[in-house]
Amino acid sequence: MRRGEDLAALDRVAREIRGSVVEMSHRAGTPHLGSALSCVDLLVAAYWAALRIDPSNPTARDRDRFILSKGHAVSALYATLAHRGFFPLAQLETFNEAGSALAEQPSPACVPGLELATGSLGHGLSVGLGMAFAGRLAGLPYRVLVLMSDGECNEGSVWEAALLGAAQRLEQVAAIIDYNKWQATGRSNDIMALAPLREKWEAFGWSACEVGGHDLKALVQVLGNVPDGSGKPVAIVAHTVKGRGVSFMEDDNNWHYRSPNADEVQKARIELGLP
Amino acid sequence: MRDAFAAEITQLASEDARLVLLSGDIGNRLFDRYKQRHPERFLNCGVAEANMISMAAGMALSGLRPVAYTITPFVTTRCLEQIRVDVCYHNTSVVIVGVGAGLSYASLGGTHHACEDIAFLRVLPNMTIVCPGDAMEVRLAIRAALRQGGPVYIRLGKKGEPAVHERAPEFAIGKGIVLRAGEDVCLLSTGTVLPLAVEAAARLSKDGVSAQIVSLHTVKPLDEDLLADVAARFPLLVTLEEHSVLGGLGGSVAEWLAGRSAPGARLLRIGTADEFLHGGGGQDHAREHFGLTAERIAARACAMLKTIGAR
Repeated sequence: MRRGEDLAALDRVAREIRGSVVEMSHRAGTPHLGSALSCVDLLVAAYWAALRIDPSNPTARDRDRFILSKGHAVSALYATLAHRGFFPLAQLETFNEAGSALAEQPSPACVPGLELATGSLGHGLSVGLGMAFAGRLAGLPYRVLVLMSDGECNEGSVWEAALLGAAQRLEQVAAIIDYNKWQATGRSNDIMALAPLREKWEAFGWSACEVGGHDLKALVQVLGNVPDGSGKPVAIVAHTVKGRGVSFMEDDNNWHYRSPNADEVQKARIELGLP
Repeated sequence: MRDAFAAEITQLASEDARLVLLSGDIGNRLFDRYKQRHPERFLNCGVAEANMISMAAGMALSGLRPVAYTITPFVTTRCLEQIRVDVCYHNTSVVIVGVGAGLSYASLGGTHHACEDIAFLRVLPNMTIVCPGDAMEVRLAIRAALRQGGPVYIRLGKKGEPAVHERAPEFAIGKGIVLRAGEDVCLLSTGTVLPLAVEAAARLSKDGVSAQIVSLHTVKPLDEDLLADVAARFPLLVTLEEHSVLGGLGGSVAEWLAGRSAPGARLLRIGTADEFLHGGGGQDHAREHFGLTAERIAARACAMLKTIGAR
């Protein structure tokens, strides 16, 4: 299962990753569960279909790069990397333990496959542009996918990056926005005038599209089509639901802060169709 | 200093194909030769310093050796968090070059004064801070910074500063250069005020005070061997910098002295005061305001020597 043809298998992986993420939050008592569940399908489409990566050679010079710029959702990335074979699944049980490599937000190179330590918003896209510039200079056509949150688009540095990425025509870069319409304390379109988001990226000179952020088939197609032939960097506005996959967490911003109890973990696993 | 930087970076780019120069939309014509020779390795990042620094980190993480250049407050304070997270936390080989440090651009107003940058950057783990004292030290510093790797901040003046070194001194990051040996007082100078240190020493000499002059170009890591030597041999150390007396070289040496168990030297910190400078006037006026003149430095050193009973 490398190129994402088997959508049923991708769906199965996405449910397993959600199960891991819910358990990690329960075990470690960590917040940001809604944010993590929101981007699982994006991660699955990237890691199982779009990215040219080799878990046995995670620092290959010509590998595609993936940056989780919304570092608060890193439990989803850890689970993705583990399920994808970058490190043992059992290591997920050490999430947020004292001395563990898996901190609540990632440290530099803490596990194989993790490209950037994030947690402070608005850094990933700029770093990704630098990586893409280096790739172009070296004649290596690797792609750089940067996953951001909608709240993250409040940061001015995101728009500095948008301006320069377009000017430099860094077409190997894709900015993927996990547009779940929530940020920490309210609706992301009320706190800042984010909408219309696709049009903003377009106006900044990016080749922008909108996609259902839980539609694996569409995500495989869109993420796999970077660069898209326009000569411009790509912005993918993915409409998502915070807490996606667990009915009592969906679109409920309390799960930005709460972690589930044992009972809720059990209910979530049943909903996800996990044993 | 900036012309020396432009010439040396052009040369270094010819020697190392990994070198990329990023500019925050300054240096009009300054880098013409660089751009002519290495157009693909010059990136004008616009007036967007946060993005420039993070991009530089991304380049370094992908095997390049980026050098990010713009006016001091904008390449240090404006993007401090990008320096902290993307450059220092990741320990990337990014060289940050600030031009117009201290009071170099005094006439442009308080927004362009840079008397706090060393203090801001000095507390960041992994960071090395080098303040060259003249054009020759600029060339040596940028070369050494690229050889060393890791995050390095280089603090430049503007142009037309007097040359202090007649020929290239032995230069190593973290090792001060003794310009002149002395017996009564040791002047520890960092950065743009090195010519003032030389002038002040000449004045002291007329008053019968023998001053040792050290170009302590590296503020972090401090040359502790040199400090241990001069703190044992001199009753008075005088730090000189075009930077606040808080948190710069004076602050660093004060911290070092405070942690030392042996009795020894007292410290006089000369730099800019803990205040913003308002109103018109150029660098000379601003230096005068803060007592950064050879006369004032010599007079304060003499007075301090008397106070501590060393004269």
